[in-house]
This record gives sequence, C-alpha cells and structure tokens, in this order.
Amino acid sequence: MIQLLSKYFIRRQIRPAIVIIGVALLPFAVDSFAGRTWVRILDFTLLYIMLALGLNITVGFAGLLDLGYVAFYALGAYCYALLASPQFDLHLPFWILLPLSAGSASIFGILLGTPTLRLRGDYLAIVTLGFGEITRIFLNNLNAPLNITNGPQGINKIDPLYIAGHSLAQPLEIFGITFSGIYLHYYLFLVCVLGIIFIVTRLQDSRIGRAWAAIREDEVAAVAMGIDTRDLKRLAFAIGAAIGGFGGGLFAAFQGFVSPESFSLLESVMILCMVVLGGMGHIPGVILGAVLLTVLPELLRYIGPLQDAVLGRIWVDPADLRLLLFGLGLVGVMLFRPEGLWPSTQRARELAPADPDIVHQEQESLYDVSR
Amino acid sequence: MMSAVEPLLEAVAVTKHFGGLNALESVSLRIVSGSIFGLIGPNGAGKTTFFNCLTGLYHPDEGWFKLHGKTLAGLPPHAVTRKGIARTFQNIRLFANMTALENVMVGRHTRTNTGIWGALRRCAVTRTTESETRARAQQLLDYVGIGAHAADLARHLPYGDQRRLEIARALATEPHLLALDEPAAGMNATETRSLRLLLERIRADGMTLLLIEHDMTLVMRLCDRVAVLDYGRKIAEGTPREIQQDPAVISAYLGME
Repeated sequence: MIQLLSKYFIRRQIRPAIVIIGVALLPFAVDSFAGRTWVRILDFTLLYIMLALGLNITVGFAGLLDLGYVAFYALGAYCYALLASPQFDLHLPFWILLPLSAGSASIFGILLGTPTLRLRGDYLAIVTLGFGEITRIFLNNLNAPLNITNGPQGINKIDPLYIAGHSLAQPLEIFGITFSGIYLHYYLFLVCVLGIIFIVTRLQDSRIGRAWAAIREDEVAAVAMGIDTRDLKRLAFAIGAAIGGFGGGLFAAFQGFVSPESFSLLESVMILCMVVLGGMGHIPGVILGAVLLTVLPELLRYIGPLQDAVLGRIWVDPADLRLLLFGLGLVGVMLFRPEGLWPSTQRARELAPADPDIVHQEQESLYDVSR
Repeated sequence: MMSAVEPLLEAVAVTKHFGGLNALESVSLRIVSGSIFGLIGPNGAGKTTFFNCLTGLYHPDEGWFKLHGKTLAGLPPHAVTRKGIARTFQNIRLFANMTALENVMVGRHTRTNTGIWGALRRCAVTRTTESETRARAQQLLDYVGIGAHAADLARHLPYGDQRRLEIARALATEPHLLALDEPAAGMNATETRSLRLLLERIRADGMTLLLIEHDMTLVMRLCDRVAVLDYGRKIAEGTPREIQQDPAVISAYLGME
C-alpha cells in the first residue's frame, strides 16, 4: 500500500518535473540544434500563446466572435512605445508601462464591448473587424498634423525592459553561463505565460466562467437565470483586451520597434485560428494551436532552399505556399476535427455520437410524441 | 374581501401591443402565495407574451407587475430573477453543452457573489461557496429525480428529463414564484403524470407556481385557480370547475357564437 502510494506520488511529481526542466532547457536545445533564429521564434511563440489565451476569453469562454483582437495588441504596443522611446523623449519604467498597456487596452475593450452588447455572431464579428482596421489606420495616419505615432515609419529605439537594473537586451552572465537577450526574454515571457494560464484557468473554473459559458450557450436562458449579460460580456472583453495589451507591451520592448504593419487583419485572423484550431475554450488546446501556427509557418521557410537543393530551382515560393497550406490545413481541421485538435473532453463528447442508451431513449420519446 | 389575502404576485392592467396586434389588453391577475395558478387559452392568446412581460424580457406598454406588493416595472430580466421570479421556456432552453449539474450551478449565479478577485485568489470563502453551489445543485437534481444524470450533457438527456432539468435550474435561483411555460408539452401520459406529481411536491414544499399549459387534464387536476386568455384579453377566471362551465371559455375554445 505504502509502496503503491509512494509510487503514485513519485509519478505525479516526476512528470511535472520533467516538463519544467524541459521547458527551462528548451532555448539551449533549440539554439544548439537549430540556431539563434529559432530561439527568437520561441519567444514569439510564447507571445502568441498569451494572445491566443487572451482571445480565448472572449471567443472561447463567452462566445463573442472578435475579429479585431490585434487592435488591443497594437494599443498595448504603442502605449509602451510612445512612453518609452525618443518619440516624446519619455522613458517610463516597465513596471508602470506594462500595467498601463494592459489597462489602456482594457479600456478600449470596454469601449468596444459596450456599444456591441446587443450584437452577436456575424454582426459582432463585423464591428470588431472594423475596430481592428480603424485602429491600424489611425496608427498609420496619426503623424499629421501632430506627429503622435510617426505614421507608417513606426516608432524606433524603444527602451528594452530593465529588470533589477539590467537591460534584457544585454547578455547576462550567471554562474559562468551567458544568457543572451533572447534567452532572457524567453524566461520572462515564460513567466508571463504561466501567470496568464493561472488567471484564465481560475476564471474558467469559477462562477464567472460558468456564467460566460451560459451566455455562450444560450443568452436568453442565461438572462433568465439572473446573469447580467451586459456586465459579464464587458468583463470578457476587458480581460481579453488587457491580456492582448500586455502582450503588446512585451512585444514593443522585445522588438525595440513597432509599426502599424505588424497589426494587420491577417494577424487577428491568425490569432483566431490558433484558438479555433487548437480547441476553442480549452486552454491546453489553445496553447497547442498557438505553438503550431507560429512554428509551422517558420518551418516552411526551409522549403525554398530544399527545392533549390533537390529540384535545382525554386518552383513554389514558400511565401505563397504558406497561405495555401494554411488554408488547406484549416479546411481539413474543420472537416475532420471540427472540435479542434485538442478539445476539452466535454467538447469532444458534444461532437461524438451519443451513448446508444441515450439514442434509444431519444427515439422512444420521439415515438411518443409522434403518437 | 379580496384584499384579506395579500397576493404574492399581482398583474395590474398589463397591456402589450406589437404594432397593430394587441397581444395583451389590460390583463390583471392576483396569485396567492402557495397556490398553483393556471393560465390557459388558445394558441396566440398572449400567454407567452404575458410571461415575457412578467420576466422582464418585454416591457409592458401599460400596467405593471407587483411582487410582494413591490413593483417590478422597468427591471431588466436578470433583476427580475434576482427579485424572485424564475421561469422555464416553452421550447426548452438549456445550456445544451454543459452538464446537467453545471446547468443547475448556473442557476445559483444570483445567490452567490464570487467576483473576479475571489475567482483568482480562490480563497477559503470562494472554495466554500463553490462546494456549496455544487452540493445544492446536486440536491436539486435529486429533488426533480435526475440526480443520476448529473454528469451528462444537457443535450444528451431524454426529453422529459430536460424539462425536469429546466425546473431544477429555475429552482436554483431560489424563486418565490416559479413560472412554467408549457412544462408538459410533448410529454406522453405517463410523463405528464409524473410531472404533475413533481409539481404538486414543489407546491407542497411552499412554492407558488404559475403555469401555462395546453393539457387540460393536467390544468384541471393541478391548478387552484385558472385564468383564460383569448386574443390578449382575460375572458374568465376562477376555479377549474367554474372555468370548465364558463360559456365564454367554451366558445373561445370551440369557436361557438
């Protein structure tokens, strides 16, 4: 008995331990096998995980289709960029700026959420799509008459994150190991991702998460259960936007440069695809979706040189292939796994055939009705 | 006289028009606490409109409702639920892709108050509230007789059990008045009978019920008082026996002049 118990506990502790060590050593492994570029891609993967988790609150939890999510990312990024760059010669510290990025995006989330409370489905999607585009166009054109965003040129020389007096853009030596900037960002983003996972899991598994699910399932019934759908929808928009804005702030600090072209509609669509492809509403699924959709397109870049080596010339431009394969993949998933690649057990059951007993019962009650 | 018993719910000259259609024309009702009140009438008589006005989905053009003598005028539907009126729907509206237990737990929303910080910190209070919510939901499922299906998705429940689940979910909001919109629709005789037993039990436990129903046998056996709507007007009110013999009712139903 004791042996069994101890075995169980060891197993329970070993698996997370392996995961933790694996994740911690990942940049080193990636660096030695695939090179620096891939560590950078790893950093972006973590950023996209944050964004996908944020969008998952509005789309996956509350069922509000948001096609302009990237606007919040942009707002966060520009909030950080404007207040920590030579643009206005302001250099606020990151611990003010990151909450400010999240906060200002969240205010815009409420501003977008409030007038669209009555809209659902397609109509909401169109309004949010418009919001995303308007934000990008604003950022593109706010350089005249008064230069605020520096227009299409974007904002350059954004301050890096300083933690304990050390710039994250500079390498850091600890115990004889040199951690370069992208490594440091990796660990920082990892901590942020873990924090966001914590927040969204707790929210999902609470009274608020249940109320969101109820709104997603049937809004009229949710109202009849005493749920104030206006407040809860606004809350979903606000929290989702805050996470997007936070990610945007990190993005600005990491890149050192922001411009409106990073925040196109395609970006919103990509983030939405991460959520849908992975498994709407299911946190591990959404993370998987984000990882796949960040890493796979990067892998496609190798197709060009590969064709060159094998076939003697480049027949298909990898950039074209990228959207083609992406579209095909999306259609394939919707056809064969409409619940997403890694759905929650519950969602998998929704789309799976019902228990034979239940089918039988259903038929029986149908028979009663027709009689 | 009438005012000797203070009614639980009072409808005062409720009127609702949709364009040129007079869905409700000055309908007044008084429902006494602890009773089962039936609302009947031919299709399109305004019964569901009355329900929707009562529960705040529509706002009446004129007139208002009073619960415990306090007006409900202008309240949004979620606030009406909070005040103590719960309803079920004619065409079942469950949270189809949530489990039966979760459906009922949603019903506890107004009676709990865990906010965003409570959810994030998951402090002792939150955990207690959550486990109480869960326990209460299971209790209600047992009460309506579908406790064994707690972990099943609502959409996978047989039809009769879905009706029961809607009732359990409505009861979870701790209402003073339970308003049921055609609970026996689509049920066979056996199912209707066991539904009647359930409703009688709910009443015996102190609940007041308002019932829209087409099944006359059920209405006549169950209700203490019945009101009849026809073309948005109340044409009769009384005990089931009185209603059955009322010439206006007979002509409304059978179309006799």
